[in-house]
Amino acid sequence: MNNTNVIQAEGLTKMFGDFTAVNAITFEVKKGEIFGFLGANGAGKTTAIKMLIGISNPTSGQAHVAGFDVSTQAEDIKKNIGYMSQKFALYDDLTVKENITFFGGIYGLTKIKIKEKTKELIEDLGLEEVANQLVGSLPLGWKQKISFSVALLHEPKIVFLDEPTGGVDPITRRQFWEMIYRAAHQGTTIFVTTHYMDEAEYCDRVSIMVNGKIEALDTPKELKKQFQVDSMNDVFLKLARG
Amino acid sequence: MGISVSNISKSYKDVKALQNISFEVKPNELFGLIGPDGAGKTTLFRILTTLLIANEGEATVAGLDVLKDFKEIRKHVGYMPGRFSLYQDLTIEENLNFFATIFGTSIEENYDLIKDIYVQIEPFKDRRAGKLSGGMKQKLALSCALIHKPKVLFLDEPTTGVDPVSRKEFWEMLKRLQQKGITILVSTPYMDEAALCDRIALIQDGEILQIDTPENIVKQYPKTIYDVSANNMYQLINSLKAYQHKHSVYPFGEFVHYTDTRSDFNPKELKTYLEAQNLSNISIERTQATIEDSFMELAK
Repeated sequence: MNNTNVIQAEGLTKMFGDFTAVNAITFEVKKGEIFGFLGANGAGKTTAIKMLIGISNPTSGQAHVAGFDVSTQAEDIKKNIGYMSQKFALYDDLTVKENITFFGGIYGLTKIKIKEKTKELIEDLGLEEVANQLVGSLPLGWKQKISFSVALLHEPKIVFLDEPTGGVDPITRRQFWEMIYRAAHQGTTIFVTTHYMDEAEYCDRVSIMVNGKIEALDTPKELKKQFQVDSMNDVFLKLARG
Repeated sequence: MGISVSNISKSYKDVKALQNISFEVKPNELFGLIGPDGAGKTTLFRILTTLLIANEGEATVAGLDVLKDFKEIRKHVGYMPGRFSLYQDLTIEENLNFFATIFGTSIEENYDLIKDIYVQIEPFKDRRAGKLSGGMKQKLALSCALIHKPKVLFLDEPTTGVDPVSRKEFWEMLKRLQQKGITILVSTPYMDEAALCDRIALIQDGEILQIDTPENIVKQYPKTIYDVSANNMYQLINSLKAYQHKHSVYPFGEFVHYTDTRSDFNPKELKTYLEAQNLSNISIERTQATIEDSFMELAK
């Protein structure tokens, strides 16, 4: 981690008619940081992420992601970030290799680079035996690990993970986090949402959104101290219930 | 009356979804099926609610056979599938009315049972189900599953993707339903919810790993677990994994849960090793096993 800001948001706001989904949020995320973005269902997390990845225009306020303005340079942002969600990850009816080739192409990698990356990814994850199988036939845990690697194919500065581990078994969930640690260690910034509060403890810093606002932002240790509780689960319950 | 499952197996082509599963759920028990995606939980639910026929084995629900008495069973069970399956283009009230009518009853007749849950969505009763938030859909689905006053309630991953606050509220609702005499079989991938059940079955890859009360499962954990922390989590995990005497190494919140292969393990020795790996602020302390530790040890 160093002091370069990879995300910088100031008064970022999104309104739908009279409803303020995201209410003037201000925060920054540093290079190589694992940043946990928490909140109850409907608190405004998804809307905020959509603005940060350049697919939804802010109503007011501004944000820079990977050095680009979300309002005016959305296309540059898309080239410099990785994105993975639980709902949309890979194409089930393409093989592992075909998925890598497809996404590599989308990200504009050269054929040689794609070949190189495919080999690297398959070796790293030990996928030699299933490389030519349809992704749809693989267990969820494998799919999630592959789609995380695919989100890193073009070596983005920052990767957004939207509930990457939902429903995954506890051992695979930990292997997934070890992949996250490794990517962060290599300098990739990680922006992650989760409903598993033990995973919130794995983050360098955590923000908690309540009704469109960021109501808390600090290291898990400081948050626990501030709310005088033993776990992030209790921090969450105290804040989001209020 | 509860549920009895004996030697149930089910395969889809060459995938063995369930392999020789047996267990009993006592009347009025809150029983949890705890396991990840693909463990076979949904297949089991579909067999018990008479929507799918097993290849082998027998099962009864509320004393009725799932094959012979399938029509009768359907009158006595409530089923909330993992995927929202109500009518998206009917309103909240229309959906509830529809299910009440199908079962030959009315909202008024069983209002008491659903009141707790339904009052939270009643202000929006004219809104179409397709326009509801996740939490409201969940409450409507539960109301619809309860409207005919079932003896046995099946809930397939009711809290998946739901935030911790709503999850806590949902479990409080389940406890109140149990007090009204309903037998409940609930599945979840969240291990922390296991502690809220009377008894649980840990399930993975179509097989039951263990069945017991949550307290007993944790008590039977075979190793001594240590909470280990240091200045750098990533390096700590790598160093522990490379340690020759490690049995298991799992990140657990701000700590790493570590177990050793030796019975005469001395934490000081591990500390010396970690220091030699250039780690600092090292702390190694004994801790209690959790359901998740037990699950991972059994699934290893």
